[in-house]
Amino acid sequence: MGEVIVVTSGKGGVGKTTTTANVGTALALQGNRVVLMDADIGLRNLDVVMGLENRIVYDLVDVVEGTCKLKQALIKDKRYDGLYLLPAAQTRDKTAVTVEQMKALSDELKKQFDYVLIDCPAGIEQGFKNAVAGADRAIIVTVPEVSSVRDADRVIGLLSANGLEEPQLIINRLKIDMVRRGDMMSIEDTLDILGIGLLGVVPDDETIVVSTNRGEPAVSNSQSLAGQAYINIARRILGEDVPVMDFDADQGFLAKLKRFFGIGAHSASEHA
Amino acid sequence: MDLFKFFNKEETKSKDIARERLKMVVAQDRSGISPQVLETLKIGIIELLSRYMEIDEKSVQIQLIRNATGYRNASSELVANIPIRKVKVQAR
Repeated sequence: MGEVIVVTSGKGGVGKTTTTANVGTALALQGNRVVLMDADIGLRNLDVVMGLENRIVYDLVDVVEGTCKLKQALIKDKRYDGLYLLPAAQTRDKTAVTVEQMKALSDELKKQFDYVLIDCPAGIEQGFKNAVAGADRAIIVTVPEVSSVRDADRVIGLLSANGLEEPQLIINRLKIDMVRRGDMMSIEDTLDILGIGLLGVVPDDETIVVSTNRGEPAVSNSQSLAGQAYINIARRILGEDVPVMDFDADQGFLAKLKRFFGIGAHSASEHA
Repeated sequence: MDLFKFFNKEETKSKDIARERLKMVVAQDRSGISPQVLETLKIGIIELLSRYMEIDEKSVQIQLIRNATGYRNASSELVANIPIRKVKVQAR
């Protein structure tokens, strides 16, 4: 029996879909059977991020309504062994599925896969409730900005009300230079406010835009720092003890010495 | 926060402002107590205390904050700062 993991955030545009795509692909690269489920009905995007938009025939709503079999709607990603996508419907809305139907679908999928990753829609309405209904655990994605962190805190409360007591946090798009200047909340600041466990930190990285343009997950690009961060996250999900990336690796000796003596801003990695 | 200004010689970092503001707003979100309720509470507290002492009403501060431990299960705290001008002699 596999595990159903919902990727959620409250606020939109913080990287849920990118996170789902990359963590899922990384899990598949580690030899797991993985299905990525797009629960954002009416605003599907996981398909384009994964570069699988031309292969959709049936979608999640078709499965739920019995128009097709589950197997027919699952798109096999030919690039990665064991990776599948269950796309959302684009011409329907969130009321097309119920909490019970989503729960049944999640239960069915985890019989067939090691990991079921659900890309949750933004917001805390019906779409959110549907997405979390069948989840065994939750990942919260936030960027280190006030609106995103506040929404993340709201979602933590709502997840708890849904029996998901220990969500784990991914801090996305951390800008190391801004953290050093004291102009962006550090990993420690964010954790201090939200008070949940850290699953990983993904640095702000242009390679994400490039790989999304191409429809290729960043984890397949060995040059991508963010891709490496996502691989680390997948390894932690698998139970490995992987330290948070040293974002100061590219810094010179003098910068490190200065920080050691407390001159200048604190680095992100010192807090990790 | 006054404490902040006191200890900080240079300008406060924007991320520290963000953190403090977030702590406040998150405590309020979690408690489910609206600013209106907090205001009503403030008036009630002033009213009650005024029976026993003279209060500097304009300087009364009532805030919800997170418990110092900073963990999820920590409760929110209601912190009231009420300057007393004079304690009234108890009337019998």
